[in-house]
Amino acid sequence: LVGSDEGLQQKLAEAILREKKNFKISIHLATSLPLPSERDHLRPRIDLIAFMIDIKSKYSLKNVEASLAHVDASFFLGKVCFLVTGVGRVNYCSVEMNAIWKLGEVYCSPVLFCELELEGIRVATAQRLLRMLQICAGHVPGVSALSFGSLMRNSADD
Amino acid sequence: DPQRTAFLLRKQWTLYSVTPLYRFSNARLRDYARLLSAFIAAEKQKGLAVEIGVELDIKVAVSSLPDLKGSDQDQAAILVQLSSRSPASPKNSEEKLIWSGWFCCVSGDDLSENVPEDFTCLPLFLANGAESYTSIVGSWFQKTFDCCFRRLAISPLHLSWMAAMWTGCKVDKTACAMELVFSVPHLPQPLDISYAIHPEDAKALWDTVQKTPGEITQEEVDVFMDCLYSHFHRHFKIHLSATKLVKVSTAIASAHCDGIIKFLQSQYLTGVLMLLTELAISQIQ
Repeated sequence: LVGSDEGLQQKLAEAILREKKNFKISIHLATSLPLPSERDHLRPRIDLIAFMIDIKSKYSLKNVEASLAHVDASFFLGKVCFLVTGVGRVNYCSVEMNAIWKLGEVYCSPVLFCELELEGIRVATAQRLLRMLQICAGHVPGVSALSFGSLMRNSADD
Repeated sequence: DPQRTAFLLRKQWTLYSVTPLYRFSNARLRDYARLLSAFIAAEKQKGLAVEIGVELDIKVAVSSLPDLKGSDQDQAAILVQLSSRSPASPKNSEEKLIWSGWFCCVSGDDLSENVPEDFTCLPLFLANGAESYTSIVGSWFQKTFDCCFRRLAISPLHLSWMAAMWTGCKVDKTACAMELVFSVPHLPQPLDISYAIHPEDAKALWDTVQKTPGEITQEEVDVFMDCLYSHFHRHFKIHLSATKLVKVSTAIASAHCDGIIKFLQSQYLTGVLMLLTELAISQIQ
């Protein structure tokens, strides 16, 4: 999970860990990329990168944009997604919607709108992320990360 | 005619969006004044007195401001004024203006084109004076014309548009500094950061950013704000982009995110009203 709001990141990570699952999951929290290179050799394989953007903070968008430059191109085949929070409060909007849509288009990755500040939605988002993670890790036979990613993007266009 | 609208300047106006009014007629303004006056008196009788212990004789005046419109399709602005005369003072003493409110529509074609007959589009309402009077006047309009008032908030995104737009405007006399106020979230004590920029520097920056005079794009606004943010960061190591822009003040006007505006230049009054009308219409739709 990459995003500038550490508190929200923590809460989402906890929600994910609380979910019932039959596989082992480890979540790495980072405020930005690249990750420190000293630990490269110790790091497990990364199956999914979720970038968190808060519509109330232009800084969070800039942070994500800068981090995206450090992601290897192979991840953009279905292993990246954008979580956009704060959309419920239109009057606090500091980021323009078009910028978000463009991000999803340019990086060929799904954009999920979720009010992560609300517990119910956090839980639902955690469940979605787990499902995506299972696919990205290859645990679901017949569905690849790439095919799922394009399925998600096409349904968002509708 | 700037003289006629001069009284609108330098006052703090609270903004509301108003849905179209049903069966409102420009010809009946005097009648409306009478009815509203009776309504206010009735409310006072009910005990909803606005000022406890003070017996005020409230006079209502409703007039039209034909100058305040953008296109010919726009409805002329309607002004409502409440004045008081204390019964203790002599009959011909001056009346004191205690509350003003006006409805207007500047270039509101988007809304007026799509509305059935019998409806009058005046989507923007501005009020100055005690909230209790705003509430009484608002209730009367809502009851009489079946419309709905809602506070109009201004998002940080729109405030940055205003900052960019107003910086580009030419002002005759020495302009006052451009001021941006930011509210810092997630702190135990509320903290506001005020960023003042010399108006000539701000204009010089905007002039390098804006490509086509008379046209503004979102990218240009973003670049303008980003320059201001990085300048601030260089000096204070604070990312203003992570805070919430709550107030913008320039020589043209000042706007607060709670939906409060102050007009400072009559030549740009219509321009600012056009922007506010647009915001009001998007809140209604």
